[in-house]
Amino acid sequence: MRMLEVRGLYKGFADESKHGRVRAVDEVSFTVRQGDFFTMLGPSGCGKTTTLRCIAGLERPDKGEISVNGEVLYSSVTGISVSANHRNLGMVFQSYAIWPHMNVYDNVAFPLRVGTRRRTPKKEVRQRVERALEVVDLGHLAGRFATKLSGGQQQRLALARALVIEPAVLLLDEPLSNLDAKLRESLRFELKRLQRDQGITTVYVTHDQTEALSMSNQIAVMCAGRISQVGTPFSVYLQPQNDFVADFVGLTNFIDGVVCEVSGQGGTVRTDNGDLVVETLTDLGVGDACVVSVRPEQVQVVNQDTVRGGPNVLAGTIANRLFTGESMDYQVDVGSETIRCRTGASHRMSTGKPVQLVLPAAHCIALRRTASTSPSSAAVTT
Amino acid sequence: MTQVLAPGAPDAAPRPSSRLAGSDRRSLLLWSLGLLVVVVLGYLVLSPLVYLVWRGLTTGQGFGLGNIAAAYGVPGTGEMLLNSFLFAGGSALVSTVTGTALAFFCVRSNAPMKPLLYAASIVPLIVPGILYTIAWVYLVGGNVGVIKRAFNTVGLGFAVPDAFSLPGMILIDGLHLSPLVFLLMYAAFRSTDPSLEESAMMSGATVPQTVRRVTLPLVRPALLGAVLIMLVRGLESFETPAVLGMPSGTWVFTSRIYDALHTYPIKYDQASIYSLSLLLITVAGLLLVQYMNRRGERYQTVTGKGFRPRTMDLGKWRWPVSIGFVVYFLVAVVAPLLILLWMSLLPYYQAPGIGPLASMGLGNYSELFTTRGITQSIKNSVILALTSATAVMLFTAVISWLVLKSKFRGRRLLDLLASFPLAMPGLVLGVALIFIYLRSPLPIYGTLAILFIAYVTRYLPYGMRYSGSSLAQVGIELEESARMSGATWRDTFRRIVLPLMAPGLVAGWIYVVVVSVRELSSSILLYSQNTRVMSVTIWELWQNGQTGVLAALGVCMVVVLMALVGVAYKLGAKIGVREG
Repeated sequence: MRMLEVRGLYKGFADESKHGRVRAVDEVSFTVRQGDFFTMLGPSGCGKTTTLRCIAGLERPDKGEISVNGEVLYSSVTGISVSANHRNLGMVFQSYAIWPHMNVYDNVAFPLRVGTRRRTPKKEVRQRVERALEVVDLGHLAGRFATKLSGGQQQRLALARALVIEPAVLLLDEPLSNLDAKLRESLRFELKRLQRDQGITTVYVTHDQTEALSMSNQIAVMCAGRISQVGTPFSVYLQPQNDFVADFVGLTNFIDGVVCEVSGQGGTVRTDNGDLVVETLTDLGVGDACVVSVRPEQVQVVNQDTVRGGPNVLAGTIANRLFTGESMDYQVDVGSETIRCRTGASHRMSTGKPVQLVLPAAHCIALRRTASTSPSSAAVTT
Repeated sequence: MTQVLAPGAPDAAPRPSSRLAGSDRRSLLLWSLGLLVVVVLGYLVLSPLVYLVWRGLTTGQGFGLGNIAAAYGVPGTGEMLLNSFLFAGGSALVSTVTGTALAFFCVRSNAPMKPLLYAASIVPLIVPGILYTIAWVYLVGGNVGVIKRAFNTVGLGFAVPDAFSLPGMILIDGLHLSPLVFLLMYAAFRSTDPSLEESAMMSGATVPQTVRRVTLPLVRPALLGAVLIMLVRGLESFETPAVLGMPSGTWVFTSRIYDALHTYPIKYDQASIYSLSLLLITVAGLLLVQYMNRRGERYQTVTGKGFRPRTMDLGKWRWPVSIGFVVYFLVAVVAPLLILLWMSLLPYYQAPGIGPLASMGLGNYSELFTTRGITQSIKNSVILALTSATAVMLFTAVISWLVLKSKFRGRRLLDLLASFPLAMPGLVLGVALIFIYLRSPLPIYGTLAILFIAYVTRYLPYGMRYSGSSLAQVGIELEESARMSGATWRDTFRRIVLPLMAPGLVAGWIYVVVVSVRELSSSILLYSQNTRVMSVTIWELWQNGQTGVLAALGVCMVVVLMALVGVAYKLGAKIGVREG
């Protein structure tokens, strides 16, 4: 069942340095199913936060339509625009926006004491606040002043405040970005568990691809105001549809080449360092310039003397190596290119050693080269 | 962004027409509010300017530059100009050196008794200038000065400047202004990232080298700004030149303006030309400060982050430095207040000693109630302080909301207009208001209303600092999250914005009350028989030689003002740092 629908959303901002308007959000459309965790992922300035704020009602789009649960919240055609305080959406802000002059309890009770909910009976307020605090495990801190909480507790308080109104959709604007790495990781699990237990439809905005991949049902990768690709975490990571997505989500190697043969889904790409067989060709024909994307962890590094020859084997020397704990990262010079490879930590080879790289065809994807690989100047920050 | 909605709207799909009407009504309301504020503000700030220029540039035969030639042709003008700049420059030097040194040791050293140092550094700011100057007359004035006489007896009299001379005026005004520099530099030293100095030390620099090559260059923009602000303040200063300069014939701009309006025949043209000249200089000075501040941003020393300032170990200098500050404290703070207290307890002035103790009593204090006009002036001061502080804070709260949170088109203009009076010396404003209301059909000349207008205009910039900075602290996300919680605009303003702004508004209100009670330079030109205020009464008592009653009134004033500042300080306001 469709919970949230966004159609043809457009939002421009006046830019003082340039003439005309910057397209912060450019014809964005997507659908979120009931109970899904939907993530908008992209670099800063890609329009993800602006899109979220349009859904929230804090920003007024120029064009498009937004509806939640079948009810139109905004439509440029019919002129409907429900204001933010009547949309019944919960939102957690990047800074948490905890009101410093109230204690934990009052912060959570506030939504039940104002606007159309102001007549909620006292008893019901108490029950709902206590339940919300219980859910985020802050029940024991109800009387504490909000400013005395730690970062992680503030984040959970903001979540409780958003959940207490039982919103149709929960909107999260980079809620983990202000926390340190360890805490971020544990809260990631917590947030995911909460979202699944409560079955709440969630729209999440982040620039952190690990967060996006680990928590979402659906990811929309955004670039310069547009959605580059929508899909499950697996499809976004394993089958990127363009070089921007391949580059932004995870780490990848790009090898320039020209398509010289097409067979079914795959084909062969001619590069400076020999032909590469690829199993996926995206939107390419013979003679087209392209890049072959292959993830570092898929590249096999083998010793020079175990000569294998054949397709997709490149000879090179190890230029640099980094030990990261769980793995070894190598930079291997192959002709004019440098290819990054990641192997198990036990597989140690010294710098300067000649090696051979095996690029499995199943993990090689040929993509059209677009301008977006060199990050374009999206002037608006999210 | 905010729309007025019928209750229960989220369920029913509302009619678009009613929403648009609501949104239009809101923007119309905003627009008319903005227009009203622009008109009132423009009138308050611009009409004095227009009248000054018009008055200065018209002679009997229409427009002309005759007034300028006449005003600058008066004998002694050259000397007056020289004195003005010597006085302003000298007092800027005194205040900058003492204020910076105090701030440096208070923030960056392990000197003992730092809270005392801090208190000592800001107290002179609270004492009204007229009282501080008069107290100093009894410390270093020609025949009566206690300190002067003590030094004379040991044959070192030459080391103490006479109060009634240019060096004396410079010293007294400089000491009175040094708290301002202290507060400006205190902020600058506090916000310097200590890691910048630590990395200099790691590069092998010694402590003095680090101070000279890293610490001081980092605060240089703040330091230069402070010097310029003090120059402007010195030029605007009226109390010291009036009390000490006029009797000794050391004229400066402000005392000349006062003299032109208070000796027969009254020379309005001369007053307007001198006022215009002074205004041009102060505006130029403050524009320069602003320009330097903008350039100074590249230093990025003020990041708003709370650093823990690195304190330097003074080593064997710890105690000598402390003794120096104790002496400063005794001379600049304790002595003037003690001499006032001493004077207030004696029926007529006698040098401090054992003998006069017998004649001590509270006679002067009871005279406060019997001397004609004093209770009236206290009442006037209280009325004016309360009304103008309330008006200033309410007005600036609206202005800063328009400037910071609305999309009103003229908001930059509003900000500029509201900060302009910072460059307007009190005496100049007084002159301009005389020109306006002497002929205006509005019958407010000689009433409290004209003083009210003067105070509100003068203290708008201070109000703006307080309400602006407290409103800026209310992050936009705090308001947005209230709206996401379902709060209407009224709910949000009442339950989120106002509670968060309140401490700043109250602190600003107290601050404006304090400076209104101290105000002399505008009041002295605008008061009449029945609208004397306390500072004017002190001035008149001084002219009449009633020093005992004067001191009694002064002591009461200082006690009340200190209590008020104490309250404001508790509210977390940094008194005075906003003066720049």
